[in-house]
Amino acid sequence: MNWIAWKMLTGDRAKYLGTIFGVAFGCLLISQQSAVFVSILRRTASQIVDVADADLWVIDPQTLSIDDLWALGDNTVLAVRGVEGVEWAVPFYKGMVTARQPSGHFRQAILLGLDDSSLVGAPRTMLMGEVADLRRPDAVILDKAGYRYLFPDEPMELWRTLEINDRRAIIVGICEASPPFQSLPILYTRFSLARDYAPKQRRELPVVLAKASPGVSTQELASRIEARTGLATLHRREFAWKTIQFYLRSTGIPINFGITIALGFIVGTAIAGQTFYLFTIENLKQFGNLKAMGTTNSRLLGMVLLQAAIVGVLGFGFGIGAAAAFFEGTKGLHHMAGFYMPLEVFGLTAVSMAVIVFLASIMSAWRVLVLEPAEVFR
Amino acid sequence: MSSPDGGVPAVRCVGVVRDFGDGESRLRVLHGIDVDVKLGEMTLLVGPSGCGKTTLISIICGLLDPTEGDIELFGTSRRLLSGRALVEFRGLNIGFVFQQYNLLPALTAAENAAVPLIIAGKPRGKAIEAARAMLDLVGLSDRSHHRPAQLSGGQQQRVAIARALVHQPRLLVCDEPTAALDAHSGLVVMELLRTVAVQADRSVLIVSHDQRVVGYGDRIITMSDGRVDRVERGAGAHREVSRLEAAGSGRVGS
Repeated sequence: MNWIAWKMLTGDRAKYLGTIFGVAFGCLLISQQSAVFVSILRRTASQIVDVADADLWVIDPQTLSIDDLWALGDNTVLAVRGVEGVEWAVPFYKGMVTARQPSGHFRQAILLGLDDSSLVGAPRTMLMGEVADLRRPDAVILDKAGYRYLFPDEPMELWRTLEINDRRAIIVGICEASPPFQSLPILYTRFSLARDYAPKQRRELPVVLAKASPGVSTQELASRIEARTGLATLHRREFAWKTIQFYLRSTGIPINFGITIALGFIVGTAIAGQTFYLFTIENLKQFGNLKAMGTTNSRLLGMVLLQAAIVGVLGFGFGIGAAAAFFEGTKGLHHMAGFYMPLEVFGLTAVSMAVIVFLASIMSAWRVLVLEPAEVFR
Repeated sequence: MSSPDGGVPAVRCVGVVRDFGDGESRLRVLHGIDVDVKLGEMTLLVGPSGCGKTTLISIICGLLDPTEGDIELFGTSRRLLSGRALVEFRGLNIGFVFQQYNLLPALTAAENAAVPLIIAGKPRGKAIEAARAMLDLVGLSDRSHHRPAQLSGGQQQRVAIARALVHQPRLLVCDEPTAALDAHSGLVVMELLRTVAVQADRSVLIVSHDQRVVGYGDRIITMSDGRVDRVERGAGAHREVSRLEAAGSGRVGS
């Protein structure tokens, strides 16, 4: 009977391809929109994720996100270093500056100040230059996307200069960095130099990065630091989530994207479910015929589920493939950098499509199961 | 067991009543039908539209339940069969020929004819082999690879007959088998049913409006308004003898 189910499914090529296309389109809508949503949210925490060598971020308890840092006291680094179980603790600066291009134009940029001696938080992938060159006078490392933003259509080269807060900044390296939420250039420099580049404030230490000694759990160490300093101490995953949640709460992203994703689900469900449902309903007479000739309901149900499984697997494959191709094809675009298909979205889409196709097949199979075989005479 | 007028009954309807709807909208379509369909005969069920013919054959085939009364199919009470047992009984013992052929458009003629055997669990290769032999019997051996859309109406009905007979059912039920065919094709189909389908251990029950087919029946049951008006002998058997004598051959398509 499986063979008959397969022949019924593939016999009308146009109907067969149309059903697969419906499922694939639904899958594409769901996966692509969900992946864009997740990628945008991930961008909000990209500077946290990029600092892989520190376990803990010590921040002011009122801090809401990486983009809303409250400055700490200047002696905080020393206070953290004094906590038992801290292997090292270093200052880290993150702020916004205005960079003046050689052409005279001004551009906003994200400035990251790394500890002068250890350079903790330095970019992990250098395209040109060395991280150690940050120790040169007025040295900055610029991310590749930022370079293309500041010097469009120009070849990448080192030793070009910018002006930040009336100070010279020399590009000594070009690196890969996770794209930030606003697609702004990212400038890495030493912490001491960052304080010179940034507008003057009474306090200029927004973050202390810390690492736990071997054998000390980060959770335990975070509690100790909080107890000693009264500051919030978060693992980088926690701080990333705090930042993402801030954007979810404080911006229209979740509502707008939620609507888009919900529409993707609704339209995807409608298209995928309806096409398969209609496919079965159009074959109702054939199922009735088989029923009259002695096919049991359980075998008919098996036939419908087999057809659903084939359509679901192929539709999911084409749909998720199209979504992946979209991200692969647009990854070279500056404004699409960092957009990708997370494994979780892949899994969520697979589960969603399985549920959609299963429900559609059960609904249509129900029509088959309750079909009076006597209908064949009408 | 023989019936009073001779012959072994394949199907015995005893006081069959069928209602549709409930309460005030209840409609009685069959009013206590008592009739036999004999083995080795072609029985025609005729009558005006809406007289209950289709309802009666649906009940005989186990596609509908009677509201009252019982059906005996080859000595087995219909009351003893339900659910899966009824479906399997139907699959093994009854063959169907429909007015609109009801072939699966995605399958070739041989594959369509093999469907009852596949339903019965026979391996596909052997089922198609048997179906090809049956197509040969109905004169369509050269069309076994064609799909229904590539066949004429008459040819499609012959495929449907091959499908209905491939698993050697004991009862063949034909619903208006000539209604969708032109005069010539209709007669070819009736000749085929007469010569191929009717056998000593099989009954053929045909529902028809078509006056041209009346001459093929051994027995003719006339219904009106949900009741059996009369049962009479037909000329079918005499036609068969005459035809065989004239042709010197026992099978169409052989």
